[in-house]
Amino acid sequence: MIGIRQIELEIMRYDPEKDEEPHFQTYSVPCREDWAILDAINYVKDELDTTLAYRWSCHMMVCGSCGMMVNGEPSLTCKTFVRDLPDKVRIEPLENFPIERDLVVVLDDVMQKLHQVKPYIIRKDPPPKDKEFTQSRVDLSKFKQLTMCINCMCCYAACPQYGLDKNFIGPAALSLAHRYNLDSRDQGKSERLNILADHDGVWECSFVGACSEVCPKHVDPAAALQQMKIDGAIEWWKQKLGMTGEKS
Amino acid sequence: MSRRPYNRPMSKTTWYMRNSRYKVYVMRELTSFLVAFYSFLTIAALAALASDSAETWNGFLASQQSTGMVVFHALALLYFLFYQTFPWFKLAPKAMVVRLGEKRLPDLFIIIGHYVAWLVASAVIFWLAGVI
Repeated sequence: MIGIRQIELEIMRYDPEKDEEPHFQTYSVPCREDWAILDAINYVKDELDTTLAYRWSCHMMVCGSCGMMVNGEPSLTCKTFVRDLPDKVRIEPLENFPIERDLVVVLDDVMQKLHQVKPYIIRKDPPPKDKEFTQSRVDLSKFKQLTMCINCMCCYAACPQYGLDKNFIGPAALSLAHRYNLDSRDQGKSERLNILADHDGVWECSFVGACSEVCPKHVDPAAALQQMKIDGAIEWWKQKLGMTGEKS
Repeated sequence: MSRRPYNRPMSKTTWYMRNSRYKVYVMRELTSFLVAFYSFLTIAALAALASDSAETWNGFLASQQSTGMVVFHALALLYFLFYQTFPWFKLAPKAMVVRLGEKRLPDLFIIIGHYVAWLVASAVIFWLAGVI
């Protein structure tokens, strides 16, 4: 028999058609102990207040839609369990993003940044004829961890650099660029360097490390960014010395 | 229906009070003031040495041995250890990736390596200074 626990859910509300600024609304939710906090929010929507707006889809840490601030911590609400939380839980939209409505944030800026870093395989040589690219397990292991990102944007909500300067490309987009730089099939490292090593690129990161601590998929963006600083410096010297050797 | 997104700008002056993670980060970054102080102190020491006057050099040494300065150096050392040395050594494996085929060298090896290098460097300095 699973117990029921009553929790107070303080949810930030904002209606762009009525409200000048966001405010909190409290709901009392009878939670099963095995619920994720997303289940409690769904309960509010289904049983208490149908006007509540928020994003979610898969409920299994795959889609990356349900990122919110849970008691001040950027979290995937499907991965954050009621049993680990106190009786009063504050839910806010992800920090550092404009609020569209209630718990829904505007992600246009990050979407543009993800595109900006050229997150696709760039080839200078033509691809192999009549056969696939070969990639060993060792080659794959170099970047596999970085492919785990689900774009939940918890890392942007945790990053004070992005909070203070919206031009900063930020943790997820830069990690994605690093993922392609490390891919043995890719030859676009020097092409990406202009974006990544620019003012708004990796050097804007001051290694607070909060992005990695909140990442629900253990992508470790902070590590990726520090490795990119080293790679970027080496690549810059190579270009200065006319040694732009790309992988073949 | 119209869009009117609400912006919540981060305070430029009090943002680091938002959570303990940011506070620890700022404490780490504040060690830069101590780094600056010790850089100036080194320059002052070199200037005293370059003055070619035993009196100036001994004066400099005496100034560093006053009770106040000894307490200051001790506190500075503790501050450095807890907010510079320990956190940075802990973070070092993030930037240093040593690959062994499909696996990575475990973080602990890299962290221990840093401490060993630190002890060796300290021993060399103490040896040069004639302490050991």
